[in-house]
Amino acid sequence: MNKKLVVSLSPHTYGKDSVTRIMYDVLIALVPAFLVSIYMFGFGALRVTLIAIFSSVLFEYLIQKFMLKVKPTINDGSAIITGLLLAFNVPSNLPWWMIIVGSFVAIGIAKMSFGGLGNNPFNPALVGRVFLFVSFPVAMTSWPVPIVTRFKLIDAVTSATPLSIVKEGLKNNIAASELASKLPSYADLFFGNLGGCIGEVSALALLLGGIYLIYRKVISWHIPVAMIGAVALFSGILWGLNPEKYMDPMFQILTGGVFLGAIFMATDMVTSPMTPKGMIIFGILIGLITVVIRVFGAYPEGVSFAILIMNAFVPLIDKFCKPQKYGVVKVKNG
Amino acid sequence: MSVYKNLKTFPVGGIHPEDHKLSAAKAIEFLKIPDIISIPVSQHLGAPAKPIVQINDRVKVGQVIAESGGYVSTNIHASASGIVSKIDNVMDASGYKRLAITIKVEGDDWFEGIELSPDIKKEIILSKEEIIAKLQKDGIVGLGGATFPIHVKLTPPKGKIADILLINGVECEPFLTSDHRLMIEKGEEILIGTQIIMQALGVSESLVGIESNKPDAIEHLSKLAKNYNGICIVPLKVQYPQGAEKQLIEALTSRQVPIGGLPIDVGVVVQNVGTAFAVYESIQKNKPLVERVVTVTGKNVQNPSNFLVRFGVPISNLIEAAGGLPNETGKIISGGPMMGKALNTPDVPVTKGTSGILLISEAESKRGEVLNCIRCAKCVGHCPLGLEPYLLMSLVEKGFYDQAQQEQILNCCECGSCAFTCPADRPLLDYIRLGKSIINQRLREKSPK
Ligand code: SF4
Ligand code: SF4
Repeated sequence: MNKKLVVSLSPHTYGKDSVTRIMYDVLIALVPAFLVSIYMFGFGALRVTLIAIFSSVLFEYLIQKFMLKVKPTINDGSAIITGLLLAFNVPSNLPWWMIIVGSFVAIGIAKMSFGGLGNNPFNPALVGRVFLFVSFPVAMTSWPVPIVTRFKLIDAVTSATPLSIVKEGLKNNIAASELASKLPSYADLFFGNLGGCIGEVSALALLLGGIYLIYRKVISWHIPVAMIGAVALFSGILWGLNPEKYMDPMFQILTGGVFLGAIFMATDMVTSPMTPKGMIIFGILIGLITVVIRVFGAYPEGVSFAILIMNAFVPLIDKFCKPQKYGVVKVKNG
Repeated sequence: MSVYKNLKTFPVGGIHPEDHKLSAAKAIEFLKIPDIISIPVSQHLGAPAKPIVQINDRVKVGQVIAESGGYVSTNIHASASGIVSKIDNVMDASGYKRLAITIKVEGDDWFEGIELSPDIKKEIILSKEEIIAKLQKDGIVGLGGATFPIHVKLTPPKGKIADILLINGVECEPFLTSDHRLMIEKGEEILIGTQIIMQALGVSESLVGIESNKPDAIEHLSKLAKNYNGICIVPLKVQYPQGAEKQLIEALTSRQVPIGGLPIDVGVVVQNVGTAFAVYESIQKNKPLVERVVTVTGKNVQNPSNFLVRFGVPISNLIEAAGGLPNETGKIISGGPMMGKALNTPDVPVTKGTSGILLISEAESKRGEVLNCIRCAKCVGHCPLGLEPYLLMSLVEKGFYDQAQQEQILNCCECGSCAFTCPADRPLLDYIRLGKSIINQRLREKSPK
């Protein structure tokens, strides 16, 4: 034996899981929603998505290479996801430079300044979105009408989202039942024929992606089910109390970012709790905060804020919801 | 897939490494004894045995050549006949040089009174005390890998009583097949050995756990077990690390060993099938422990095999017999891929703890690049002991040993499930081991003794 043998500690075999595989699974899961968005918003959606992905990856590369002086890890796919999710969270007519600003905030501030993938406490795409929302409220809330706008790059034909119609209407004391007649049908809501952010319009497409992610064990059912369930439950309670003043739970879960948030944003492993118990608490609280913001807050939509708020509580939840340790409960005396 | 329904397993964590039982169909072959063998005097947990032979002494197979060095210790026997040529330190599988007795082999002469015929002897005549004393004398230790002297386990501390014996036929390590073959070829002997252990413990119930990927062994032993009172064969779901003591106990009895406790605290004693066979040979055939079955395997190994090997035979001989060392070998492992130990040379002797030799190709020997933890929680979800490996690693990295201890780092059984499953290729278990050894060191310094 003149060859050098490798001597390392066990285990000597490893599973097939890799960070890259996980990231690409998330990308695959986002494909149906992406296709629907192109069908609904056409070139505009494609334009926003490409700009967001390209600028996110570029910022990650530049920051890692020239500022942090580490080996760029853009191959792991996580920057692509951030770009794609950011695009999914804005309207399809957003000016290009705003998208780039959003990408910079997402990658540069929310991700890299905390130490890169795995170390960021807040979901980068959501930080980017909320930054844009607060900085450019008008551009972020003028929604192209789907299908009509399909063949135009940037379109002026805009409409309110169902959520903002409701918010305005209720503010002006129009009864919820009357508002319902002005809104798209639940079928339209489910398939995505409504104004809104690029990626959040089709609950069905998002659901398909979610099922794929659960099948591939990238996410577990706990957060999406807890969060969507909580939105339904809490809005259902209010609706039950006064159906003229509050919208029904079906409307609440099918509009806005509930599905996108529940399946792709709140489940971001880096910024969510580690144990099933923790995930359920996390999901329920996001659902609760979402309803509170929508119903009582100033904004028609509350998913992004709710997720970011709960991101901050993850360390606490993880401390509180530890896995049951073997051999601790059943200690016998003697 | 499996013909068995509702298979039992332990409730939390665990993984499914790819199964590669390449040598499962290979009957156990006797491996030729080389001209020179070196028998380490420390082949068990506890104090090394003390040599009682001198250079140029002539010894026979089965003769005691080193005597038990304390209560947690056993005798070591000559595993070949010939002349003692050296009593000196040699490299063993631990990577250190340790005392061994070298014998120049001549013939195969067995010590008087050892019965070598394959006739099966069912009737147990020895009493409980006699059995335990005889097992210590014959150097019987746990052959599942821990090599804990059996007489200690069979003598529960005051106030503790065993009510059930578990026999471990799980063999959950991928690649290894030595226990599997033994169950098929020596089923009757294993069951008699089990009865002997039951008698020594004074228990009337025994469960033999076997994973469902060995249907032939399950069927064979189930058929035989009908003739043995109180022995029940239980097929188990395939789930690593089911062969670990705590997981097996939970799978078969739903009892949990308290932290810092032993199986006996919940009334359980666990022995491996290989040990049960060795017990049979000692008690019924007067044959001390001088050999064991060792699997030699690997994806590139020409002829994966199960050998009956005398202790002291160099591992390189086994590799030779299985078709030689493949060119692209990067790692030689004593044991299985999950918990085995990488050797830095194949020129070390087989001992009581050697369950298999696994050759891994160079490409598969290299670990992936370590990335940041992405908090995917896979390590947490797969830990069978409910620990949080990512947290333990970071506590050890930062030197927060007290906190790591609070998080029960010492309860880690080193099964490797966490490191196996981590997508960021983080060396979780390396750090956990480091933390454990530092904490144990501190505890030793603190203790009054
Ligand atoms: S922490 Fe220990 S017991 Fe848990 S999976 Fe890792 S090696 Fe196994
Ligand atoms: S498996 Fe690896 S990446 Fe996932 S939480 Fe554990 S240490 Fe982090």
